[in-house]
Amino acid sequence: MRAISATTEERLLMPGKLKIRVDQEKCQGHARCKSLAPELFNLDEFGNAHEIGDGSVPKGLEDKAWLAKANCPEFAIDVTEQ
Amino acid sequence: MSDPVRAIPDSAPAMPDHPPVNDWIHDFDHTDPRWTENPFPIWDELRAASPVVHTDRFHGCYLPTTYEAVREISHDTEHFSSRRVIVRDVRPETTGVAPPITSDPPAHKPAKQLLLPPFTPDAMKKLEPRVRAICNELIDEFIADDKCDAAARYTKHIPVRAIAHMLGIPEKDGDLFIKWIHEILELGIKDDAIMMRAVQEMAGYFSGHIEQRKKHATDDLITTLMNARDKNGEPLSDGHVLGSLRLLLIAGIDTTWSAIGASLWHLAKTPADRARLVAEPALMPTAVEELLRAYSPVTMAREVMKETVISGCPVKPGNMVLLSFPAANRDPAMFPDADKVVLDRKENRHAAFGLGIHRCVGSNLARMEMTVAIEEWLRRIPDFRLDPAGQVKWSEGTVRGPRQLPLLFGKTA
Repeated sequence: MRAISATTEERLLMPGKLKIRVDQEKCQGHARCKSLAPELFNLDEFGNAHEIGDGSVPKGLEDKAWLAKANCPEFAIDVTEQ
Repeated sequence: MSDPVRAIPDSAPAMPDHPPVNDWIHDFDHTDPRWTENPFPIWDELRAASPVVHTDRFHGCYLPTTYEAVREISHDTEHFSSRRVIVRDVRPETTGVAPPITSDPPAHKPAKQLLLPPFTPDAMKKLEPRVRAICNELIDEFIADDKCDAAARYTKHIPVRAIAHMLGIPEKDGDLFIKWIHEILELGIKDDAIMMRAVQEMAGYFSGHIEQRKKHATDDLITTLMNARDKNGEPLSDGHVLGSLRLLLIAGIDTTWSAIGASLWHLAKTPADRARLVAEPALMPTAVEELLRAYSPVTMAREVMKETVISGCPVKPGNMVLLSFPAANRDPAMFPDADKVVLDRKENRHAAFGLGIHRCVGSNLARMEMTVAIEEWLRRIPDFRLDPAGQVKWSEGTVRGPRQLPLLFGKTA
């Protein structure tokens, strides 16, 4: 539940190359990720979010990936280390 | 199996008694003047007592007080129905549905998907220049006075005109919409006759516009709805179209009116935040989210259909649930410094637009209107404050925002 400290912890535990994934069962189209990290997410015609490409996070955009995850009201975004 | 709801009268005296609340934890009432004026300490008291509290008022109603409890209920469409989305003194048979907000699965998804494409962020970008123009037209009318009631002269008119523009109906009919919304959302909590009359007047108005478009199709949201097809390829019934139009109007107007008004109220009484936002316009996106969190206008409702347990508390059918996204957004277990407005709050999973399948279909519209309305106000009127000679008045009930907001600016600031 508590996203705040958990996210900081996860960030420290995953210093390597990141991958993101939007869980389509959970996404409700709040579009927070698209607004915070337009380089990483696209919206479909219904406004639901999808990771761009295979979800690989280009170097330098790691903070945006974590920020998108931490602002998703549906807890629909996974960030994993590749 | 008997339906516990049937035992409840479907009509009641026009103004049933709402005695003053002495025990918030066991007898809360969201129409009490103290709740209307300043609900935050009440929510803190209730949250400290229990994640779910109950009142016998409104024929029995629960209030989840934590983010977690609100989230659990929002995601649980098995035990909680959306067929009634306002907690009222009466529970008449469910007529006048407004899909998809009053729909449960499986009817919900197809009804909602029809409405989603016109409200994507990209669609809103196309509407933005008109909204910016509306804001400036309104400011032009009062800026020379050096004072105004911003609720009556500014915040009220922006969402009405924007939605009228989208629907393809005259922006000048906005006053009519404002009257209906006041009758349905505020007076309607306690007076069923006023509510029914407003619903009928609104149906008559939109039926006329639907008939016109049957003769001459237009490029607007009403025509989009009329052209929509359900999963069997059939057009929507006039009743479905009317219900969705009613929803767009009711849900899209005083909600955003309230959100813009509460934002200006906060900035008027918090000079440091106002100065910071003027100096750092790049803060607008996080500032808008934070103002949405701190002053979320919308409280929804659910009806308990089956017995269950929420955050350890038993919940029984026959009761309503006051689904307070505003209270969830003030939960310190979810938001550090929940009672403070932090314009650059980095992590903000606020629930102002709801959670789960009923996420507000107009959230992208609301965000755009709020952003533009605050930006244009700050650009033209960077220095303003509450008028000490006036009084701020907040709306009662389901949607909370300033209905009177006297401000001083220019030479009087």
